[in-house]
Amino acid sequence: MAKNTLSSRFRKVDIDEFDENKFVDDHDEAADQQGPDAVEIDNLIRQGDMMAALHIALRNPPINSKNPAIKERAQAAVLRVLTSFKSSDIEPAVKSLDKNGVDLLMKYIYKGFERPTENSSAILLQWHEKAFAVGGLGSIVRVMTARKTMTT
Amino acid sequence: MSYHSFLLEPISCHAWNKDRTQIALCPNNHEVHIYKKDGNNWSKIHVLKEHNGQVTGIDWAPESNRIVTCGTDRNAYVWTLKGDVWKPTLVILRINRAARCVKWSPKENKFAVGSGSRLISVCYFEQDNDWWVCKHIKKPIRSTILCLDWHPNNVLLAAGSCDFKCRIFSAYIKEVEEKPAPTAWGSKMPFGEVMFESTGTSGWVHGVCFSDSGNRVAWASHDSTVAVAEGGKTAVCASLTSETLPLLCVTFITENSLVAAGHDCYPVLFVYDSNKAALSFGGKLDVPKQSAQKGMTARERFQNLDKKATTDSKEAVLESVHKNSISQISILNGGKAQCAKFCTTGMDGGMAIWDVKSLESAMKDLKIV
Repeated sequence: MAKNTLSSRFRKVDIDEFDENKFVDDHDEAADQQGPDAVEIDNLIRQGDMMAALHIALRNPPINSKNPAIKERAQAAVLRVLTSFKSSDIEPAVKSLDKNGVDLLMKYIYKGFERPTENSSAILLQWHEKAFAVGGLGSIVRVMTARKTMTT
Repeated sequence: MSYHSFLLEPISCHAWNKDRTQIALCPNNHEVHIYKKDGNNWSKIHVLKEHNGQVTGIDWAPESNRIVTCGTDRNAYVWTLKGDVWKPTLVILRINRAARCVKWSPKENKFAVGSGSRLISVCYFEQDNDWWVCKHIKKPIRSTILCLDWHPNNVLLAAGSCDFKCRIFSAYIKEVEEKPAPTAWGSKMPFGEVMFESTGTSGWVHGVCFSDSGNRVAWASHDSTVAVAEGGKTAVCASLTSETLPLLCVTFITENSLVAAGHDCYPVLFVYDSNKAALSFGGKLDVPKQSAQKGMTARERFQNLDKKATTDSKEAVLESVHKNSISQISILNGGKAQCAKFCTTGMDGGMAIWDVKSLESAMKDLKIV
């Protein structure tokens, strides 16, 4: 009797995976989304053209991509752009974005909050205040209810 | 617009009778209370006690004067008025989770119940057995059904679900009706067929509504969006993201205008332009009376700065009529084509009746097309 209770392999089985009621999201095809072009963004930041850098950083978000590296790269690029903005330029930059752009910016801001670095939280809070003034509570609700996230 | 506070508890759901003199509502417990209008007051005339769990949906059939209620006890009851008493008849729904919403069909020969068991029970009365019988719509629903609405042809049913989709099903029961004519959503309508499934919005679908003609369906989703789809060869979808908290209920008041309300405690107007297939924001429908601006003393300013780190003089009091989320909206007069009055109930236990004509005149730039 001692022997047949030895095997504990069953403890490693994830029983929830076999639940037939388990909800699986529809997987849309990951379109050609490589994330924003880091090289181009670097150039623009060096030239001082912050608005263009922001617009390019918010293009091509890697939403459906299954590759976490792409998402990390995109997040890092956007964070670089956001931190190199001057405080006074933040408001006009947010105003220049359309509705989807503001929603996307909010998503990146919250993702940036998740991994705080030295100065990032302070500047992200300023961005958050300005984006909130334009996007309102709705944009924050959309960050929380988004299924096709660029974070996981 | 008039506001009446019924209770301190939330009103879970409500339904009006045909001539709008009586309202049946659930005061967040196992009972249904029926109030009768008495001049300017409301008096409770009936208490319907049969459910063992919170009553989540009530619908009052105007022509046949029957009430159907459904609750978290997985049952539904059809109540008929015998003399001065409402007598319940149990309907076995064959579900193993709570029922969430119930709606009579336009001809009142069927009703549909949405439940947490990931299915819709369509119930009809079988004369031979003198008993309500139900059929299930299961595929391809993957989560709780939160809201239902019938198409005017008595066959199509729109359902909003927690699996982030709004779908239109056919609920054609051959025992009680003939084959329906083709509609904008399709011509073959066997029972359980999916005529339309939404894509694009994420978030639970809290409220769904067909327009008066049945060619359009609108839904409000938890990601703070409202969307309208128009049936046709390929269904055309238009959605609008909003800057407010999510909306919980939506209804058409004309073929092109929708009123929706939700966690922001005030109803909002949206206008649908079918030429551009675009939805736009029409305006807030709750204009609070401007309270006199009191000047702030220096002491108050300092206190505010100390407590809230801001010198704002805005008090933390809601200026809208409802003091908590609005959970249900119902049309009183005029139908969905030319609504003249609609009613909202919410989690503050109050009911407000809104008059469309006076809203239009009170708010400039408000056009209800």
